[in-house]
Amino acid sequence: MKFAVASSPHHRAKRSTGDLMRLVMLATLPGVILQIWFFGWGNLVHFAIAGITAVVTEALILEVRKRDFERAIKDCSALLTALLLALCIPPFSPWWVSVIGTVFAIGIVKQLYGGLGYNVFNPAMAAYVMLLISFPVIMTGWLPPYSLTPVSHNPLDAAWIIFTGFTTDGYSLEQLRMGIDGHTMATPLDMVKTDLTQSLTVSESLARPEYADGLSTAWAWVNIGFLLGGLYLLKIRAIKWHIPVSMLAAMAIAAGILMLADSDRFTSPLFHLLSGGTMLGAFFIATDPVSASTTDRGRLWFGAGIGLWIVIIRTWGGYPDAIAFAVLVMNMAVPLIDYYTRPRTYGHRSEHKKVIRRQDEQEGK
Amino acid sequence: MNEYQQLTWQGVWKNNPALVQLLGLCPLLAVTATVINGLGLGLATTLVLIGSNCTVSLVRNVVPNEIRIPVFVMVIAAFVTIIQLLMNAYTFELYEALGIFIPLIVTNCAIIGRAEAYASKNPVHYAAMDGLMMGFGFTLVLVLLGAMRELLGYGTLLSGAHLLLGEWARDLTITVFSSDNPFLLAILPPGAFLGMGLLIALKNSLNHRVEAMMANDDSPKVVSRARVTGDAQG
Repeated sequence: MKFAVASSPHHRAKRSTGDLMRLVMLATLPGVILQIWFFGWGNLVHFAIAGITAVVTEALILEVRKRDFERAIKDCSALLTALLLALCIPPFSPWWVSVIGTVFAIGIVKQLYGGLGYNVFNPAMAAYVMLLISFPVIMTGWLPPYSLTPVSHNPLDAAWIIFTGFTTDGYSLEQLRMGIDGHTMATPLDMVKTDLTQSLTVSESLARPEYADGLSTAWAWVNIGFLLGGLYLLKIRAIKWHIPVSMLAAMAIAAGILMLADSDRFTSPLFHLLSGGTMLGAFFIATDPVSASTTDRGRLWFGAGIGLWIVIIRTWGGYPDAIAFAVLVMNMAVPLIDYYTRPRTYGHRSEHKKVIRRQDEQEGK
Repeated sequence: MNEYQQLTWQGVWKNNPALVQLLGLCPLLAVTATVINGLGLGLATTLVLIGSNCTVSLVRNVVPNEIRIPVFVMVIAAFVTIIQLLMNAYTFELYEALGIFIPLIVTNCAIIGRAEAYASKNPVHYAAMDGLMMGFGFTLVLVLLGAMRELLGYGTLLSGAHLLLGEWARDLTITVFSSDNPFLLAILPPGAFLGMGLLIALKNSLNHRVEAMMANDDSPKVVSRARVTGDAQG
């Protein structure tokens, strides 16, 4: 017979910060593999560049601050930031993009605020936004997936194009970006957004050959990969379910309402959930323990807010994807959320007994 | 330090309107995308400061206390209008570039702040010096921030110098590097906020360092020697 003690906060797994960070990095693996499969080795090269930059920046700044940098580097938090940023950067952007982004993430967003545990904003997302508004052309230059690219490229080509701007065969990034029929390819979010401004309906846009031929499947597969990794994180309790679930639910509901209102102008919930960086954002980015809300009820609000903002910004904003903006906006709201969702201290009764009683009834006590 | 030195020290460093009082941030952050824009606005602000400080100081015994603020604001507005018309006449392109921020000098809190805090209590020559030094301190920060942002954003320094200084200054522009992908962040408002924050941090850390050095120098060297031999008796 199994005797499970359910009440009281029993701490089960004793993970150090480093263990947790490494687990999260491990869990990105399915998504990373699929992303490499569809979009080439670029993200891996960028991870190498960003990782080195992150560790060096962290060490330098901690040295200046006269802190123990060995411990800070061993906890792998800088590497995780580098990984998340590298996954968001279009695979064949020049090398200095990830260098500037990582220096900004670690140096300014994280260390200037006091280092791990003190940063108000999610470092990877703040850096991504910084890069997006600084270099909009590069940061929206996603390649079409492999099946649609006329020329093949291997890991060496990926590194070569990142450092020199040309593949080993002399193709430039612009040439690689041209799809089969000489169309410039983009992400599904980009494509639908552009088509909508050209007064096509959503279904017309999604019926275009490029989309049907693999653009949608590639992005959907990458998202499913990150979803798997995220479910693994939930299973081993590295993250709590509140943020991802409320975020995805809010996205689905908001997109659903919009689609019911006018399905020609607004895309379906499924499209929202499986394109762009939705799953990466829900399970790996929004759940950052430092910059997210710290109470369970707060996490629900935090996640729901992110989901809502994503749909709003994707639909009416100027940029195609919105995970980073949504996360930053809700990061700003975290102190407020935490203030209003403070849990009742164990053993204390709230002054508003009625409220408590009502809550108890709802919970079925 | 006599009063003049004191005023210089206060205006440029210790009580710098931009770095310490954090006044006049709106134009400071908005126009400093290039050195010349910053310099132009800095000079305009300095001129207004000197003029308004002198005038306020002259009328300080005439103006009833209850209505001093409206009077000061009108004095400032008059000087701003003069500067605005002068710039419109002689540096038209810069006037266009700075746009709304020239008339907005009226609302720059640094100016009304100096009028209220210093000029309305001190004689004219000191008030003029205060205006000059406060304006100089403000201009210094504008130019510094403008240089940071222009260098990062466009890779140049002093571009458009002819707008302020005339045709001969066209050659002053220094191109440090040129890039197909300008670092837009530096030119956009977030770059102004970040650069400003870094400047303030730099100033504070310099301050701490200097203070620490001064403290070390000032503390008298106390040599304490324990007496172990009792009375020396030969």
